[in-house]
Amino acid sequence: MVKVTVDGIDVEIPAGSNVLQACEAAGKEIPRFCYHERLSVAGNCRMCLVEIEKAPPKPFASCAYPVADGMVVHTDSPMVRKARRGVMEFLLINHPLDCPICDQGGECDLQDQAVGYGDDHSRYLEPKRAVTDKNLGPLVKTVMTRCIQCTRCIRFSTEIAGVSELGATARGETMEIGTYVEKALTSELSGNLIDICPVGALTSKPYAFVARPWELKKTDSVDVLDAVGANIRVDSRGPDVLRVLPRLNEDVNEEWLADKSRFSIDGLKRRRLDSCWVRRDGKLARASWQEGFDAIAAKMAGMAGDRMGAVAGDLADAESMLALKDLFAALGSTNLDCRQDGAALDASRRDFYSFNTSIAGIEEADAILLIGTNPRREAPLLNARIRKAIVANRTKVAAIGVPADLTYKVEWLGDAPALLADNSFITTLKATKRPMLIIGQGALRRADGAAILAAAWKLAAETGMLTADWHGFNVLHTAASRVGALDLGFATGKTLDKMLGGGVDLLWLLGADEFDTAKIGASTFVIYQGHHGDAGAARADVILPGAAYTEKDGTYVNTEGRVQRGQLAVFPPGEAREDWKIIRAFSGIIGKTLPYDTIGALRARMEQVNPVFARLDILPRFGCTDMAGPTASGTIGTESFTPAIVNYYMTDSISRASPTMAECTAAAAPVLLAAE
Amino acid sequence: MAAHPKQDFIQPASFAFDADSMVQVDKHIAKYPAGRQASAVLPLLDLAQRQMGRTTGSAWVSVAAMDEIGRILDMPPIRVYEVATFYLMFNMAPVGKFHLQLCTTTPCWLRGSDDIVQACRDVTGIKGWKENSADGLFTMTEVECVGACVNAPILQVNDDFYEDMDSERTRALLESLKRGVVPKFGSMTGRQASAPDGGPITLLFEKAE
Repeated sequence: MVKVTVDGIDVEIPAGSNVLQACEAAGKEIPRFCYHERLSVAGNCRMCLVEIEKAPPKPFASCAYPVADGMVVHTDSPMVRKARRGVMEFLLINHPLDCPICDQGGECDLQDQAVGYGDDHSRYLEPKRAVTDKNLGPLVKTVMTRCIQCTRCIRFSTEIAGVSELGATARGETMEIGTYVEKALTSELSGNLIDICPVGALTSKPYAFVARPWELKKTDSVDVLDAVGANIRVDSRGPDVLRVLPRLNEDVNEEWLADKSRFSIDGLKRRRLDSCWVRRDGKLARASWQEGFDAIAAKMAGMAGDRMGAVAGDLADAESMLALKDLFAALGSTNLDCRQDGAALDASRRDFYSFNTSIAGIEEADAILLIGTNPRREAPLLNARIRKAIVANRTKVAAIGVPADLTYKVEWLGDAPALLADNSFITTLKATKRPMLIIGQGALRRADGAAILAAAWKLAAETGMLTADWHGFNVLHTAASRVGALDLGFATGKTLDKMLGGGVDLLWLLGADEFDTAKIGASTFVIYQGHHGDAGAARADVILPGAAYTEKDGTYVNTEGRVQRGQLAVFPPGEAREDWKIIRAFSGIIGKTLPYDTIGALRARMEQVNPVFARLDILPRFGCTDMAGPTASGTIGTESFTPAIVNYYMTDSISRASPTMAECTAAAAPVLLAAE
Repeated sequence: MAAHPKQDFIQPASFAFDADSMVQVDKHIAKYPAGRQASAVLPLLDLAQRQMGRTTGSAWVSVAAMDEIGRILDMPPIRVYEVATFYLMFNMAPVGKFHLQLCTTTPCWLRGSDDIVQACRDVTGIKGWKENSADGLFTMTEVECVGACVNAPILQVNDDFYEDMDSERTRALLESLKRGVVPKFGSMTGRQASAPDGGPITLLFEKAE
């Protein structure tokens, strides 16, 4: 620790910090454009100048100057102010005066700092520089003349996203940021470029000219489009969700957000179910809530509980799943399943189905084995963590699965499941202190999934991944609802497979669209409760319009087992209602009234069912003392692993309805679209 | 000079170092420790440009060539583009067989570089900078000080300096190049290197016995 005095305030900060961090520790705000605490230091904007006593009499770029013991720093001296004014004047020389038509207006670093350090007029009379706009694909809009060349975008794409596509070409007056050859960005984290750009050079293409930041209602929520559970802020105006931004959570998403979570919100306004539908004479017809409920009640009357089943979809909130579970219990049915892809998850112990190391814990690992997973597609933010660990600690990564570009160096062992028992990476795992493995849904949704899960656990136990203070066994989920569903015991009785093909006479789909609905028995009565007219709704006999994740208060458990809550940002469209309320209302109709009238009471019931739901946002980390693994059944097949997600941009009913995601799909993989 | 030259020409679809260049490529990469092979990007770019000159008569670096260098050196292509566009001696668009690089910095300008520029324009018919002549023989590029001010003004043709130029000598040089005859480079007045014009003026005494 070194002692530094900033404007008369003494602070102690770790040696090796820079002066800017010392100033922040003293509560002094230092203006900056190029400095970003998660990126390497560039020191090229020169806005963070400060004065340092007993140093050469010149202003210092505080972001790139290390602290020394006894250093005395002034952040607001006449020299500092004059220097920063000078820098600002230079920056504004080539910056267009187009704030009124700039999408960054109102949340622009340059705009804000020009208030503090800008002059009221320009002394520059020569022609300004103009730069050709670049086409970076469907997500990021560029107005390159506004660029102040802080190079944050280059550093983000190279260092965090791990996809070196942006660069600074040419030099001096002609220097430009871009890709040189026209191409769309291929990173799944490209939306973050919009957030880190301190000016309006990189802005959101779908959000262009839509709204000003001060018009928006900001609601803290949780993302559900993958199982990472990124913390988000939903910006809405009236009934429309206009954009989604990441919210800081060091343990989950840091300050980043994946593109699907950020940009698929235009799917929330398309293909929506906004009223009840009842199938009459083979055709779906609009109906009232009463008619919808009556149709279901009529069908249920006299039906044996065992002939009914319920399937929870990938976007379902814990509240509605519990309400549905309780309803089915009242009806005498235990046929519940949440594993639409047929993943052989063992719900008998929580660490059999969760990401035990925790996302932040990846940074502590020193060797990682990926099994049948492509984290770049299944959880881009988690993939960025793995990359962070590799960059910081030289963590070794090997993978069993289909080779792909994961943005970091991976030793591909092959794609045969037999490699689980014996591969060349085992020695490395055994030699390291904190090894971990990540097993994906691609490995578990197979017929031999249970055997693979058991083999993975055995491998973990044998290579020292399971110790009293370290749990290196991790299941990476792709569905936001999955862990919550398993926590609530929404995987009992008949599995989905057994419910299909006439295994039940009544099937309640809670937003379940990710299985082949053609396999549902022809005589099975299907109730689809959800928000999008997707595969499930097309097969339904009764449709109950539910709310999407931005339209309800809901609890979600991410792949780590972290319980988080999203909040209602806008109201559901038309007749649609929050899902648990629909189920509660229906229970009253059939005389099996569920014992909760408020979401508070329902949440109390959730805690009763599983105490983990009381532990909001906090994730205690456990080691593993019980080596007994999941029950193995059957033997491991010889079939190669296949990817769980082929097209990252379209994985659920929301992203499939999103025109932006369709554009991304077209840009990223024309082949995929042609195949559809 | 634009970072992204007007792409009114066709980028070759592919590029490969030929056997002659490959010998050099290996030699340059071997200079650097393992894992630091990216340090060889500058010499490789130069080799690529020279090979293009040798094989097509136009010494420039195509995108395909930069991609190939990125592949050889295990660098993302954009990192190669950054380096190549930073250095002005790499031509990002096709150039003529004779790349006329005219120094117009102060010493050359004082010594009459404007006349040289005019002479070049008259003979080649090129109007602006970074443009190629209709016959494809010449490209005119304005360069900053080439570091030979004692012999100003300088006209650099490809790698060679033609020094102590004036309008007539420039015309003669270009006409000669048009005929395919490349005169010897160096001072056009016949002086030795940068020795005083008209012969030595100091140290004229005989060496003491």
